Amino acid sequence: MQFEGEHLLPGQIGHFFVILAFIASLVSTIAYFRASRQDDIAEKQSWIRFARIAFVTQLISVLIIFSVIFYICSHHYFEYMYAYKHASKELESKFLLACIWEGQEGSFLLWTIWHSLLGLFIIVKSKKPLFESWEAPVMTVISLAQLFLGLMILGIYVFDIRIGSSPFTLTRNEIEGPIFSQPNYLSFLKDGVGLNVLLRNYWMVIHPPVLFLGFASTIIPFAFAYAGIQTKRFGDWVKPVLPFALFSACVLGVGIMMGGKWAYESLSFGGYWAWDPVENASLVPWLILIAGLHTMVIYKATGHSLRASYLFAILSFVFVLYSTYLTRTGILGDTSVHAFTEKDEIMKLMLILFLATFGVTMLSLFFISYKKIPTIHKEERTDSREFWMFIGSIVFFLSALFISAKTSVPVYNKIFGTKIAPPEDPEFSYNKVMVLVAFIIGLLTAVTQYFKYKTTPAKYVLKNIALPTFIAAIITALLAVFYPITYYKQGPGFLGAIYVALFAGIYAVIANAAYIWAGLNGKLKAAGASIAHLGFAVMLAGMLISSGNKKIISDNTVTGINIPFGKDDKGKDLENPLENLTMLRDVPTRVLDYKVTYSGDSAGNEKGRLFYKLKFVKKDSSEQFELTPDVYVGKDELKSSNPSTKRYLTKDIYSYISSINPEGNRTDTAQFVIKELAEGDTAFYSKGYMVLNSVVKNPNNEKYHFKPTDAALMADITLVSKDSMHYKAYPLIQIDSVGVNFIDDTVYAQNLFLKFAGVTDSKKIKLGIKESEKIIDFVTLKAYLFPYINLVWLGLVVMALGLMMSMIKRAKITPLVAAGILIFIAVSLFYMFFIAH
Amino acid sequence: MKKTHIFILVGIATLIVALIIFGFPSSDFSTYDTISSAKAKQGKYVHLIAKLDKSQPIEYDAVKNPNYLSFSIVDSLGAQTKVIYHNSKPTELEQSERVVLQGKMQGDVFECKSITLKCPSKYKDDKKQLEKSVSNN
Repeated sequence: MQFEGEHLLPGQIGHFFVILAFIASLVSTIAYFRASRQDDIAEKQSWIRFARIAFVTQLISVLIIFSVIFYICSHHYFEYMYAYKHASKELESKFLLACIWEGQEGSFLLWTIWHSLLGLFIIVKSKKPLFESWEAPVMTVISLAQLFLGLMILGIYVFDIRIGSSPFTLTRNEIEGPIFSQPNYLSFLKDGVGLNVLLRNYWMVIHPPVLFLGFASTIIPFAFAYAGIQTKRFGDWVKPVLPFALFSACVLGVGIMMGGKWAYESLSFGGYWAWDPVENASLVPWLILIAGLHTMVIYKATGHSLRASYLFAILSFVFVLYSTYLTRTGILGDTSVHAFTEKDEIMKLMLILFLATFGVTMLSLFFISYKKIPTIHKEERTDSREFWMFIGSIVFFLSALFISAKTSVPVYNKIFGTKIAPPEDPEFSYNKVMVLVAFIIGLLTAVTQYFKYKTTPAKYVLKNIALPTFIAAIITALLAVFYPITYYKQGPGFLGAIYVALFAGIYAVIANAAYIWAGLNGKLKAAGASIAHLGFAVMLAGMLISSGNKKIISDNTVTGINIPFGKDDKGKDLENPLENLTMLRDVPTRVLDYKVTYSGDSAGNEKGRLFYKLKFVKKDSSEQFELTPDVYVGKDELKSSNPSTKRYLTKDIYSYISSINPEGNRTDTAQFVIKELAEGDTAFYSKGYMVLNSVVKNPNNEKYHFKPTDAALMADITLVSKDSMHYKAYPLIQIDSVGVNFIDDTVYAQNLFLKFAGVTDSKKIKLGIKESEKIIDFVTLKAYLFPYINLVWLGLVVMALGLMMSMIKRAKITPLVAAGILIFIAVSLFYMFFIAH
Repeated sequence: MKKTHIFILVGIATLIVALIIFGFPSSDFSTYDTISSAKAKQGKYVHLIAKLDKSQPIEYDAVKNPNYLSFSIVDSLGAQTKVIYHNSKPTELEQSERVVLQGKMQGDVFECKSITLKCPSKYKDDKKQLEKSVSNN
């Protein structure tokens, strides 16, 4: 059959380049591999030249593939499944990129593009003496990874089995429907499904590319570790790889926390970190990378810890692959809120193959060469810096294994057929271990820099560390007295653990600040590591304080309404406070020391999005502000509830709608009762009385704007309720060329509708009064207080800058470029974490 | 690896394991159960995978009490139970295909602590759903 209106050319071009990219990666893998095994210089060079051509071909191919997807989605060519699934006409153009990496294929492509660019960087750098001779083995690994990633989007059939899912499949081939039997089916396919409303957020534009750059960059240490074994220059790879590892640690760390910030400000999880399997899956490689970073520094300074450096460099990428397997095969299923749930068996198989090829091969190579990897047989002394750094690395590594083991529970269930489920309080089951990790890491971060490599006089350490220790102890004690942590939920043991970890965090802040000040005499150029540690410590302290003192302020123990204290009306103990609060329109409710009033909703720019206006007025009227949490209902009826946050320097007040008023409540069966009133007359209703103050002709005030030539009458009415509250209402009647208009007024607090129904002969007005039995308008919300959350973001930004400074120093980047990089990162991170939204 | 390393490594690992097992009272894992096996384990924290029983009413009145929701579920074996959830009603409860509930059985009522909904279109990978949206276009 000939179908009308299809644009098949872009898809054919795209598919051609998908295949070309795959073949080019295959060629470049083989050629680089041959080059790496070749001793003859001329022969080696010719293989390398050939491999480079292949690699650049695949780089160009993936860029073209990406452009074609962009073209298809931006032109709304819904004959393509990808555009149909992810794009839609109403989607704002700023989300075009977001809708491309919403899908599996698009995010694989993003990963591929970063690999390609990193590979290109290695090729360009290969002329430098430090990088010379590393190109062939390193690029073998990167090309092989590209081959696997290319496989994921290949979409060709081998004996009826589809290998990979191509982004260029046609809608009519993918799904069944009666419309596809008609040649003009496209005229029925008017719009695509579009980007999930939960993801319509600017973080969806920026978070995936940064996170994937972080993931992609972990391949560099892995590839260099392979190169070290392959070339038998076992220790030489550490020096060139260190700046990359620092870069990777910075980008991956920032990417993870961007996800946290996104969750915090636009998803109603009530926080920035929930130990969700998907979050854990990205944290684990970062923890191992940090461990590896430290062992590499140890090796460079002392010659110790080379074997550990190998292991960590290998494992951080292996865990990136394992995370990919966890999050993209649907195996996490019920345990995660935001994993992909694809059930593509072939994809699962290919990901396992990808993981096995890299993991098993490299770990085998590592263990085979283990004895050949040089090591120093003399033990590190306990008064040396390398000893304590190594302990820190091990703690990071063990905590990564712990998190990974817990996250992998669904995998055991699958393999062994067990039915282990997450515990009652999953967050606590992580926190109780991680709080101790935080304590150890905090202490090590504080003291380790005061040790020197090899050996340190005990006096030197004690002299320098005494004052910071003392200050940190004082600050912690002051906090405990004047700003105590109120996390009583898990008993005194855990509260104690929080304090101990908090002390370690503060200690690390003070000690690193002091080290920059005194130890380095303020030499900022060399202070990268200390600044990164300082940032990490600020982040740690910020996490402990903000999570420890996070409060739900919408619960009834705070507001004191709805339910008598002790037990609720169903006899439930109030061990868990009831966290939701219903607010009737225009009825003020006390929340903390604010009077909060829900004053109606308003539509946003997007279709299906409603903002609910909550006015906060401080009791002493010293301050007032408005929060507008919103609910966004997508075309698929999926609802997304987005919080609104009032930010202060020291705290955030955060609220979101936890339940919306079902539309059905708005219709009611009550009838208007007509009363005749003259000016000054009084009428009664069930909850009080009302006075008709005056009848105003053609009013021109805040509410109405009539010209003297119009024909409009407004009734000015004051209501006095039984609890002696006063309300104003202004129903209006207007006559124009079309007919009579009634503009009714509503007093929500009294469930009262007022209608100016007409005038009588005797100068009275007819006032319609309707009392609704049902509540007319309300919202149910949750509100939190996050204290000192800004410390978390500040710490992250400082840590990222510190890591970049270290990278700049180790990569010997020229001052001008260095300044450019640092300013760019500082400005963009500051903007993203403190100003945007 | 040096002896000191091994010593410290083992020490830390033991510490962590000890803390997991003895240090804190709450247990670290729970189980997935059917409604009938959960009924047999009164008061024990379990996970249930079930479907909303649409023949029974959903009771939620945010004005009266925003922290009280009750509904009924059936599991794949046909067992049925009433559920009480002291929190707000998840907006897509009625549309959900499957619910994962965490909580304890108290008599004939499941006291629910957390609800996870599996909604048909959440991740767009369900072909049936896409087919439905094609015919609605």
